[in-house]
Amino acid sequence: MSARTLPLLFLNLGGEMLYILDQRLRAQSIPGDKARKVMNDIITTMFNKKFMEELFKPQELYSKKALRTVYDRLAHASIMRLNQASMDKLYDLMTMAFKYQVLLCPRPKDILLVTFNHLDAIKDFIRDAPGILNQVDETFRQLTETYSCLSAGEFQLIRQTLLIFFQDMHIRVSIFLKDKVQNSNGRFVLPISGPVPWGTEVPGLIRMFNHNGDEVKRTEFTTGGNYVLPQREGSFDLYGDRVLKLGTNMYSVSRPVETHMSGSSKNLASHAKENIVPNPLAKEELNFLARLLGGLEIQKPGGSETGFRLNLFTTDEEEENAALTRPEELSYKVINIEATQEPGRRAELSRIMGELEVAEPRPGSAGKGEELLALMDGL
Amino acid sequence: MAAATSGMYRKEKSIQLKSSSAALYNNLSVLPLPGRQLTCFSTVHGPSLSMVTADGLGFSHRQLQAKEGGMTVSTSLLTQAAWCVLPSRVLLVLTSQKGIQMYESDGSIMVYWHALDVTEHPPAQAVFARGIAAAGGRFICVGTSSGLVLVFDIPPKGTNIMVSEVLERHCDAITDIAAELGQAPDGAGDLVTADDAGTLCVWSTGEEFALLSKIPAFGCTCSSVKLWNGIVAAGYGNGQIRLYEATTGLLRAEVNAHARWIYALDLAPQTGKLLSGAEDSFVHVWKLSRNLDTDDVEVEHCHGECVTDTQVCGARFCDPEGNSFAVTGYDLSEIFRYGRT
Repeated sequence: MSARTLPLLFLNLGGEMLYILDQRLRAQSIPGDKARKVMNDIITTMFNKKFMEELFKPQELYSKKALRTVYDRLAHASIMRLNQASMDKLYDLMTMAFKYQVLLCPRPKDILLVTFNHLDAIKDFIRDAPGILNQVDETFRQLTETYSCLSAGEFQLIRQTLLIFFQDMHIRVSIFLKDKVQNSNGRFVLPISGPVPWGTEVPGLIRMFNHNGDEVKRTEFTTGGNYVLPQREGSFDLYGDRVLKLGTNMYSVSRPVETHMSGSSKNLASHAKENIVPNPLAKEELNFLARLLGGLEIQKPGGSETGFRLNLFTTDEEEENAALTRPEELSYKVINIEATQEPGRRAELSRIMGELEVAEPRPGSAGKGEELLALMDGL
Repeated sequence: MAAATSGMYRKEKSIQLKSSSAALYNNLSVLPLPGRQLTCFSTVHGPSLSMVTADGLGFSHRQLQAKEGGMTVSTSLLTQAAWCVLPSRVLLVLTSQKGIQMYESDGSIMVYWHALDVTEHPPAQAVFARGIAAAGGRFICVGTSSGLVLVFDIPPKGTNIMVSEVLERHCDAITDIAAELGQAPDGAGDLVTADDAGTLCVWSTGEEFALLSKIPAFGCTCSSVKLWNGIVAAGYGNGQIRLYEATTGLLRAEVNAHARWIYALDLAPQTGKLLSGAEDSFVHVWKLSRNLDTDDVEVEHCHGECVTDTQVCGARFCDPEGNSFAVTGYDLSEIFRYGRT
């Protein structure tokens, strides 16, 4: 549908990824300089000029699997490593968070404010690195240039395209369940009170006019909702009060990252069905991936840097268990490279995919929870 | 809330869908077949259409995959589906990113395929067809993202369908098209087209379509439109419903109806009841009438229903009196039904 959707999808999911990584780096007590390096490396890679150029080219959205590959690569742009189960969980959390923001955003245009909330927070992560700050501001400028001229209808088409992308994902997220913004069936709670979107009137009034345009009758009705007028519109400037809270960092030390992994059985079934439909997009999708990933410059960790593994679960046992019990139909795995017939393309992708299979920092060492501790001791 | 005279609508047995409904305007189509005591329902999900037939005892399901003409490999997303009832035949019309497909009403046979010219558009511009209506006894009108309205001449049977005219009076993507459901007053048009910017055009159909009035945009998308006894009912992105005189384009009523973007309107031709559904999770039933003394258009609120945690994307009456209606929403694999007891 809208060919202007990918930059917004990528930047907002990326923003959510950084919130989660930041919180887990703290929770896992990774030393400050190491944690900063990881955040800086990932943000530098994410806002790479060549990559942004590819991203902002008008194009269709591809599958969740294809996009997952991009984030897999991005998350591994530094000295930190994530295993399959943690990466799955990270991607689930990111996608559900942004799905919630897209669903709830008051006007379609407010997706831009959600994006700015993410960029504002990202700028705060790298406030001491002026070079990277410039990169992010450059992307901000590109966003303004691309989106400020779009009509409300075009923004609605972007929103509808995003909603199609997120359709049928009902993963339960504990922070949402606790905040009572998600139901146990995985559907989000829609408020019927609070401020109406900017430019909308509170429902309840009917006005009738005669042939001359004079108001001749006015009646009221009750709606069952309890709305008020919004106080002001959020700022679309480089610096400003966005007013809207969607897209700000919802995690903190007291509100850690957790997930419940099960969807309801019915939803799982529909996932399964989706996966067995042969995907004629495979070839285009691989071309897209090759183009996009080609723009991601990954620096191989230098010999002197010690890597570490980040766990999205509280314990390694939990992580292992998640890997074993994850339903097959929720598996993102990696895209089937055999799908393409062009040998050159296939070789290129194999290379890219190969690079993605990053080894654990110290395979075969102590294992379980001690592994990370051992690493720390080794510093 | 509900006026005592109109009677309450109560929730009835809902219909399970094989796949959930997409967040698209007017994403529910209902075809009552009173002679056979059947009602057909359909909603769009990505590249496919979920069809359900209810016969009073049970439901039969059918999934229709959007078949594309030509050699193209990529699937395309559907934007809308609607049954078009002409005096001679009923066709199921699907619009997508690639073009327009017309099927026999049960979805069994594709009788016509019209491809959109994708190459003539700049790459940043989305290309799709959207807005479907039967009009003038033998035409089916379909809108496009570039603002064109294609008029197809439909023979009583067979596949010899042709584009008889292209209406070029909109500058923005067409959102919805509606034909007169009641009796058009003398000189009033019998077709209305709406677009993304909120512009409405009223036409009279025939050998050649004529533009009768153009209602200018006021900065809000008109997502859904209906035409009844010379009154245009339009639903907007700011939650308002506006009623206009079809002959003159004069604004006759303005309703602050919903707290968020309206996605669907429907009208029951025998009673003038208007149904609206929006992202705010509400559906409302209104009643339109004309004051015989002053000729003013009047509207009253009859019923409101909160479809909890559902951004409504489709709402349709199931009978011409408006005694029952059906609703679906984004991400929902269900059609809720309501009826008056």
